[in-house]
Amino acid sequence: MKSEFSEYKGVYVFVQQVEGVIAPVSFELIGKAKQLAKALNSSVSAVLCGHNVAHLADELGEYGADTVVLIDDPALESYMTEPYAHAMYSAIEFFKPEIVLYGATTIGRDLAPRVSARVHTGLTADCTGLEIDPETDRLLMTRPAFGGNLMATIICPDFRPQMATVRPGVMQKCEREPGRKARVLPFGVKFERNDRYIEILDVIKKMNESADISEAKILVSGGRGMGSKENFRMLYDLAEVLGGRVAASRAAVDAGWADKELQVGQTGKTVRPKLYIAVGISGAIQHMAGMEESEIIIAINRDETAPIFNIADYGVVGDLNKVVPMLTEKIRAMKENA
Amino acid sequence: MDFKLSSEHLMARTLFSEFAENEVKPYAAEVDETEEFPRGTVQKLQHYGFMGIPIPREFGGQGCDSLTYVMCVEEISKRCATTGVIVSAHTSLCCDPIYKFGTAAQKEEYLKPLASGEKLGAFALTEPGAGTDAGGVQTRAVLEDEEYVLNGSKIFITNGKEADIYIIFALTDPSKGTKGMSAFIVEKGTPGFTFGTKEKKMGIKGSSTYELIFRDCRIPRENLLGAEGKGFSIAMATLDGGRIGIAAQALGIAEGALETTIAYVKQRKQFGRAIAQFQNTQFTLADLAAKVEAAKLLVYKAAYAKDTQKRFSVEAAMAKLFAAETAMEVTTKCVQLHGGYGYTREYAVERMMRDAKITEIYEGTSEVQRMVISASLLG
Amino acid sequence: MLNIVVCIKQVPDTNEVRLDPKTGTLIREGVPSIMNPDDKAGLEAALRIKDELGAVVRVVSMGPAQADAVLREALAMGADEAYLVSDRAFGGADTWATSSTIAAAVSKLPYDIVFTGRQAIDGDTAQVGPQMAEHLGIPNVSYAEEIRVVGDSLIVKRQFENSYQVVRVKMPCLVTALTELNRPRYMTPGGIFSAYREKQVNVWTRPDVPVDDANIGLKGSPTRVKESFPKALKGKGEVVTLDAEAEADYLVEKLREKFVI
Repeated sequence: MKSEFSEYKGVYVFVQQVEGVIAPVSFELIGKAKQLAKALNSSVSAVLCGHNVAHLADELGEYGADTVVLIDDPALESYMTEPYAHAMYSAIEFFKPEIVLYGATTIGRDLAPRVSARVHTGLTADCTGLEIDPETDRLLMTRPAFGGNLMATIICPDFRPQMATVRPGVMQKCEREPGRKARVLPFGVKFERNDRYIEILDVIKKMNESADISEAKILVSGGRGMGSKENFRMLYDLAEVLGGRVAASRAAVDAGWADKELQVGQTGKTVRPKLYIAVGISGAIQHMAGMEESEIIIAINRDETAPIFNIADYGVVGDLNKVVPMLTEKIRAMKENA
Repeated sequence: MDFKLSSEHLMARTLFSEFAENEVKPYAAEVDETEEFPRGTVQKLQHYGFMGIPIPREFGGQGCDSLTYVMCVEEISKRCATTGVIVSAHTSLCCDPIYKFGTAAQKEEYLKPLASGEKLGAFALTEPGAGTDAGGVQTRAVLEDEEYVLNGSKIFITNGKEADIYIIFALTDPSKGTKGMSAFIVEKGTPGFTFGTKEKKMGIKGSSTYELIFRDCRIPRENLLGAEGKGFSIAMATLDGGRIGIAAQALGIAEGALETTIAYVKQRKQFGRAIAQFQNTQFTLADLAAKVEAAKLLVYKAAYAKDTQKRFSVEAAMAKLFAAETAMEVTTKCVQLHGGYGYTREYAVERMMRDAKITEIYEGTSEVQRMVISASLLG
Repeated sequence: MLNIVVCIKQVPDTNEVRLDPKTGTLIREGVPSIMNPDDKAGLEAALRIKDELGAVVRVVSMGPAQADAVLREALAMGADEAYLVSDRAFGGADTWATSSTIAAAVSKLPYDIVFTGRQAIDGDTAQVGPQMAEHLGIPNVSYAEEIRVVGDSLIVKRQFENSYQVVRVKMPCLVTALTELNRPRYMTPGGIFSAYREKQVNVWTRPDVPVDDANIGLKGSPTRVKESFPKALKGKGEVVTLDAEAEADYLVEKLREKFVI
């Protein structure tokens, strides 16, 4: 079996850049790719697509890429499915990588499946663990399945490259080595507009970008037990005295009490803050899948049998309407006295 | 004998339950507290076709059956008895008699907008001197120049001030007693038709219970529903159907109380353990659950009888009697299981107990139901 | 008149799934099956286009016979025709084989727009939509939050992490819908009755779907599940029940210990 794929070599990473800024997940993937390449006795290539982006190659080298495949073309100015899929497809056909990794971002999750269908190979979504099987040299791709209730390890035995998208924030990037250089390989791809091309009419920045909960160090998160949108106010008060942000469970988002942006969990965001306070959240597995890596978890819930208490470091059983405002007041008083 | 609901009934129940959970339950406490008619919710009910479930599609309805309608009232009443009775009074007491006794023109003019949700309906029989004794109606209707002139007043009318179309009962020939009673379709805004006081009630506080006053209120002759003198039998036939709606409301209240109490007893601790672990709790809940199930079978059977039999008075009376008394017992015992908290407005069972009481009274008291049932036994 | 195909999947309501605390295995019993939420948003988007401009909305689902229920639900919401792609030969498919099978089924129907949900809550892969578009050879726009028909094109507001693109895409095209796209309508009671009593779900088995044997089912799936195992949960910490004031004090103390405040 191995010999059949002997022409497929190297671990490749799709580098996601928007307006000349490389997404952090790309560095995380390079970090992971280095481990995989080591196990395979191979090397790491970063595929950099865009227009006038050659200067980004240095940074990729410093984070551990051995080679940067540079596809620089006006057609790749902004992300669009078709030209990017064509670029990746062309690179895969030419370089025949053994493994290709993408960030499980909105771009990666749009691009990778389109490429997998075009190349005719498997793709495993949203992986949280990647390793090489020492016996077969296959890539073992582990991902949460069934709403995060189960973990499944997926393989792609009969097709190459083996492809995966990887959740941001899960892999560790390498220590930056200033001055480390990657070999840059410019790769020309011919782009011809066809009906699959779309036209970008406008780009709108989202408001309060900084409110991204996955960046917050402290999260105060509300669930179904909050009872109403008005009650969320007290979470904002608590978050304010703690210098944190407010998040929510799917139940609270579905009820219209909080924006989808704030949703933590399997269908929302994965967060790993220093402190996560779960208020009125019973702890559906989907929710826990998105926050259980938090350093400290505090749960406030009326129901002592709520599953959230199984993963909380500190839990209090009680009425959130009383405990939360009191906690806020006490912290505020402490800060004022300090 | 087949106790399995069909796929369409199961899906309809899922729909009603989901709708009630999202659109009705969040407002239940507020409706009770403010005594405001839940207009926003009723608009949604109208929009999704919930106000004409058993009426055929050609008359603007949904073309479903009585069982589907009953499940709708049940699921809604489980969360909010006020909203449940709004649907029931509109459908059973206003749409149904026009469908059954109305002329083609009346169906076109009145039933279509009612069943399709453009308009809301009400039914007015009760008067200060005519409650259980419906024969004591005093309101008069006199034919003058192709118009009936109504004089009198009606009390305790559900959907009272909110409705657009009313079924009114009045005497056209007082000398004939109940045989001199006739039914009329009256539109809101007709000159001479005004509203009196709003009742302050123990429960179902948002249902807009008003007095209706008629002073030389002239309505066209073609708004006579059925023949002259047929009013009393129209009223009785209509109430047979209405009782199934109220039975469903009572069933819903009982189910709602049981459900919230089951959740409560698992969580409430006394003497170091959840009160669900005490045999008193367990046995009480077991008795209540058995009664609720029995009520459900009676209510569903009555709905089935309405669609398949010419007469279903006894089935309707049994369903209403049993479901209403079950609702009262279940809510009372559920308050007891909640202890002191159950007596506070923080917990929904307090409201449910107040709401349950009316189901033993309106559209025929429990005593009237017993009269209907015993008459069928003893002839 | 526009032709719209909406792909929907019946999924277990993963919110209702619990783990057996003793064995750590899934309790699947009694878990209700629902229409996948993102797919429902796609259906609602299609029905709104139908309401506004007129369209024939056809729903397609691949799955076992029980998936009939989600197709009836779609009919009860207002879809015009329903197709269930169902055969043992299609079973065990990964996203690649699934997308090639459904794409082949869809290719038999007229379409200007194909809607899929962004992802299914039981798989969360978000792959079938874009893969189908590739198999059909049409453009796809993922993560749609707003959508408008303008002439021969759609104008779609497409979500990214920190921004939106407003794009124009020529029909025929495929759009993957997010729950943010809209709030799906309820069924109507009469819609339910007519879905069961008047309309039908057309069942397409293996011979009805023009797709190569190599591209369906387990055999046609490039990926394989090597193993699956319950997720290890973090250990239980302390849980206290005190009065509210004492609980607040307790938490302040713990936050201090951990140098959060």
